[in-house]
Amino acid sequence: MPRPGFVLEVDRATPPTLFWHGESFRLERLPRGSRILYPPEPLNPIGDVRGAIDHALDNPVGDVQPLSSLLNPNMKLTIAFDDVSLPLPPMAAPDIRSLVIEAVLERAAQAGVTDVVLIAALALHRRMTESELRHALGNRVYNAMAPRGQLTQHDAEDKANMTVVGETDRGELVELNRRAVESDLLVYVNINLVSMDGGHKSVATGLASYDSIKFHHNVATMVHSRSFMDRHNSELHSSNWRMGHVIKDAGVKIFQIETTLNTATFPDSFRFLSKREWEWNLRDRGSFIATSEALKRTPPHLARQIFQSIRSPYGVTGVCAGEVEAVHEVTLERVYQQQLVRVDGQSDILTLGLPFIGPYNVNSIMNPILVYCLGLGYLFNMYRNKPLVRKGGVVILSHPNRPEFDPAFHPSYVDFFEQVLTETTDPLVIESKYEESFARDPWYIHLYRTANAYHGVHPFYMWYWGAHALDHLGGVIILGGDPKATRRLGFQSASTMADALEMARSIVGPDPSITHLHSPPLVMADVY
Amino acid sequence: MLESALSGKTLFVTGATGFLGTALVETVLRALPETNLVLLIRPGRNVTAEARADKDLFRNNCFDRLRDQLGAENFKALIARRVRICPGDVGTDGLGLDAEGQRLLSDADVVIHSAATVSFDAMFDQAVEINLLGPTRVMRAYQAARENHLNASHFVSVSTAYVAGSRKGDAPELSLSVQPHYPEIPWLQEVNAARAQRTSTEASSREPSTLAELRSLATAELGAAGVALLSEKVERLRADWVKDQMVAKGRARAQSLGWPDAYAMTKALGERLLESERGDIPLSIVRPSIIESALRDPYPGWIRGFRMAEPIIISFARGLLKDFPGVPEGIVDVIPVDLVVGAILAAAAHPPETIKYYHAASGSQNPLKYRQLVSLIRRYFSDNPLYDDIGQAIAIPEWTYPARGQVESTLRRSKRIVDTSVKLISKLPLRSNFTEYQDQLAETQQGLERAGSYVELYGAYAECEAIYLADNLMELAGALDDRDRETISIDPHLINWESFVLETHLPSVVEHARARTRPKSSAPKRTSREDRLRASLLTGHRLAAFDLENTILAANVVDSFSWLATASVDGGHKLAIAASLLAEAPQLLALDSRDRSDFLRYFYRRYRGAELAELERRAPEFLTGYLLRKSFPLGLARVRAHRQAGHYTVCITGALSFAVAPLSPLFDEMLALNMTADTNGRLTGEVPGALPIGEARGDLLRKLAQTHGYEFAETIAYADSTSDLPMLEAAGTAVAVNPDTKLRQLARRRGWLIEEWSRARGYGNIFLPIGRTL
Repeated sequence: MPRPGFVLEVDRATPPTLFWHGESFRLERLPRGSRILYPPEPLNPIGDVRGAIDHALDNPVGDVQPLSSLLNPNMKLTIAFDDVSLPLPPMAAPDIRSLVIEAVLERAAQAGVTDVVLIAALALHRRMTESELRHALGNRVYNAMAPRGQLTQHDAEDKANMTVVGETDRGELVELNRRAVESDLLVYVNINLVSMDGGHKSVATGLASYDSIKFHHNVATMVHSRSFMDRHNSELHSSNWRMGHVIKDAGVKIFQIETTLNTATFPDSFRFLSKREWEWNLRDRGSFIATSEALKRTPPHLARQIFQSIRSPYGVTGVCAGEVEAVHEVTLERVYQQQLVRVDGQSDILTLGLPFIGPYNVNSIMNPILVYCLGLGYLFNMYRNKPLVRKGGVVILSHPNRPEFDPAFHPSYVDFFEQVLTETTDPLVIESKYEESFARDPWYIHLYRTANAYHGVHPFYMWYWGAHALDHLGGVIILGGDPKATRRLGFQSASTMADALEMARSIVGPDPSITHLHSPPLVMADVY
Repeated sequence: MLESALSGKTLFVTGATGFLGTALVETVLRALPETNLVLLIRPGRNVTAEARADKDLFRNNCFDRLRDQLGAENFKALIARRVRICPGDVGTDGLGLDAEGQRLLSDADVVIHSAATVSFDAMFDQAVEINLLGPTRVMRAYQAARENHLNASHFVSVSTAYVAGSRKGDAPELSLSVQPHYPEIPWLQEVNAARAQRTSTEASSREPSTLAELRSLATAELGAAGVALLSEKVERLRADWVKDQMVAKGRARAQSLGWPDAYAMTKALGERLLESERGDIPLSIVRPSIIESALRDPYPGWIRGFRMAEPIIISFARGLLKDFPGVPEGIVDVIPVDLVVGAILAAAAHPPETIKYYHAASGSQNPLKYRQLVSLIRRYFSDNPLYDDIGQAIAIPEWTYPARGQVESTLRRSKRIVDTSVKLISKLPLRSNFTEYQDQLAETQQGLERAGSYVELYGAYAECEAIYLADNLMELAGALDDRDRETISIDPHLINWESFVLETHLPSVVEHARARTRPKSSAPKRTSREDRLRASLLTGHRLAAFDLENTILAANVVDSFSWLATASVDGGHKLAIAASLLAEAPQLLALDSRDRSDFLRYFYRRYRGAELAELERRAPEFLTGYLLRKSFPLGLARVRAHRQAGHYTVCITGALSFAVAPLSPLFDEMLALNMTADTNGRLTGEVPGALPIGEARGDLLRKLAQTHGYEFAETIAYADSTSDLPMLEAAGTAVAVNPDTKLRQLARRRGWLIEEWSRARGYGNIFLPIGRTL
């Protein structure tokens, strides 16, 4: 029976705490009385995943027929699936998407459906590479679909293949992938790693255009998404839900499949990363020392390659299919069951160790803008009710924050860092002054469409992702961060935890309360 | 007295646009209201003599005083009334005068010949033509013009005190012929010898061995810059070589006869010739010593041009010249320019019976000791130091007055070390990392070159221990009345050396040298020169041409071949291809540095048989996995900034079109090489037509500018290597991107913007990239 997550209060006997630090780790001793939020242990996975998939497809929730009865030989069937940004790190083969899609394709084949197209639901993310597609879909699906042109990737800038579905009552434009909208059935295959994923957001964002996405990917929406991990208090989701209703009313038939994973994030060789420090045995200590000593001697780009090759031994905890909203409620329960931990009261300081990976640097570099987004966007928002840190409090992020960029995947990030952040870090100013020119830039659009680059506007969304945190916090310190790159982000860097806490004290007062979010593995705080 | 003596007279002046001539014209206009001037001025290639007079003479700040007194209009009117410009050339027999010129010369009451080549490193034959033959040429023209004239004539010739030679002891104001130790040499032989030496030197500069040497020098400096630029450079080097040879031959001949250099020697022979050819025209010869800035008129410190002592003083203040030969007890004979002008005008007012000599020199009357001068200079620069590039005050060295040979050998030694380092470094394939060190080295190299040439040129003068007697001069000074003294000075006793050096001369020299006299402002800088240049690039109507390899991308044809070749094969073969390229690398590099076209053609043969469709299918992966990861983000941003500014952007590259096609949307136009394919869609390995390399690249840029309606001045070229020089030179604005050592030096010399663009940090260096499925 896996143990639930819990909050440890640091005392004299507490060993140093493991902090993620990009492609390395730090051991830090937190002051006595600090709280450490440990994630629950991985839930027991489903033994027979294929059986669970079959069951879900045949027994959909909500007002929907089983999948098989929705299929007929003359129909147009489109299967959209989550892209490379999920899950993190990538899942050890077989990827759950490949199992689900195989099951869907089998049923389609039985029903004699010939017009089947797969779409990677990229939204404005980069196109997936061949090996990433092969990994997500499995070689069988890839080899069957790709050579015949039945495997496509969503292209939000291909205006000929986009169509306007309608507008919400708030005037939000819904413009989606034409093939998906004009299909007789759209099956969407999700991996719901965190509570933000899935629901109406899958189609309304994943298959939309910039002109549509900009109605919820903006500063005003993000500041009012508290948090965007809590769908019922998230303006981001409200907007997507409104769009979802427009899509439904327009007669687009969606068969939503959502899957949940447990938090078995690290392979056996990195087992110590999932354990609580005082429970480390001799082997864990040994592998920690060996790993961190080896990393010290490894050039950063090699260390990155090593970490990026990690495949997580996730277990599947649930598969649910059917009508979008009904499916999503089931999914949310399962995600919360795995990740939610009750915490009493906010603290003055929140410390976060940032790992080597976030949604947008799979097989790539975590550049400073992604560091910002991972810390103040994703991890800061891993809460329900109230943030872990009080209004005006301080967040300390641990990451090297080197000014390193991937010019192939993140070309507009480089320019955003050099041209925009040198002028201002204010999300509202950035949005009004620079967004349009990056979003419409023909070179970025060329790279987004033909190479593997994130859309020109993507770094702006990263910046908006942290807008709620920027609005809420009194200061941000990057522990061990490159001073120049950190200043560029508008933050301060500290070389030791003692310095970082000292700097934080000058903002929050002399005797601060401190909470550390010990993640990953993922944990979500339910703060009362 | 002086005013009335020259009243109503017309002075015919040669050399009016020189330092001394300018002051002379100004003084006549200001102090002698009833005296008129005819100025012999050589028309330029594209300017008339009148225009030259206006530009090179009357616009000089020498006339500021008059212009301020009279107002600009009245000043113009004054010139129109009193000054006639006579086109002509002292280098031509008969001075090249037209009828009007003849008339003007015949009306001249006094001819003042002050035209000379004063540079101490003039070529021997040139010095002979101007300094030796010039005075007599003017004299003969004067005689011819005056044939039927009844009025008294007078010829004043400006010579130099150094005609006395490198002698010790007194030098009297007498004809050289009556001075002891004067070498009696027939002038005509020297003239013929100099002319013959010019012919033979010109000939030997064209010997194959000399040309080969010059060619290798040019190649060392420019690299594979293409035929046109190299031949231009070789021709320039040849001309310089001839000049150096002629200067050296002149100096050798002069020193063999006891003169410090060809200048003094040709002046001396010129005097002798003039004496014998003057006929019955009274002749005054004024011999000034080292002419320096004005004591009082037109204003204290006025100086024109960078003269003899100034570069030495500035080099000293900049700490470049650590020592200078000289005798501390010796006399430095310096004379302010207005005192020389005074002497000339006073001499002009006193025509002698036959010939009279005047030393416009301070040495015998009011001597300035070398040690005193040095200590005054030291004092001045201790109180008013110059500042170096980073704003530190420069400490001035202590001079030890060594012998010349010692200084020269020290300088030679340091220069040899620096030269060797520079040569070594330019052979290494270095980029940005070492650049700062390179820059320093190049600067030191130039400084040492300069210091060495000063010692060579002026060392002999500093060692000169002759004392120029000035009895005749003092006589002239005595003849001035009080009214004259208000406007004209002659007497060297007027000089207070301390205040002259500290308050008049040095401030003027420093101002003239545009040396940094204030520490840099420590206020935070908003924009640097580079920033301003950068900003100016992005304005206006422009055509921007970019080289690709090492300018926009850290890629090259070998790399991209390696990627493309390995992308389509599996494991073991990938390594085999990469290994064979590695093994061949030195040979490829050598070929590339010799001739880029040959290299490319040779290398591109490897693509023979490759399937074009397969290469094109690889394009997206090639873009992500290779081109973009090798790109310089700042370079890409610059191209895009140009486009945003509405400029026309072109990429000119020697790469193959299919290898760079994914990048073409970045530019308005991409000019790459097209390899032909056979009917089966397989590449032939052949590229038809001339490659856009070297001169072709410059021509291409010119054509592009024409086609798209841009002036040459509106074009900008970005490139990284000397093989792109023709394109950089052809463009209105050149930007050197990550330049190699040679290009860096050239770019710095020409004031081009230098950009250091690098790959985004984060990926390791890929030496030979191996293509793979992403």
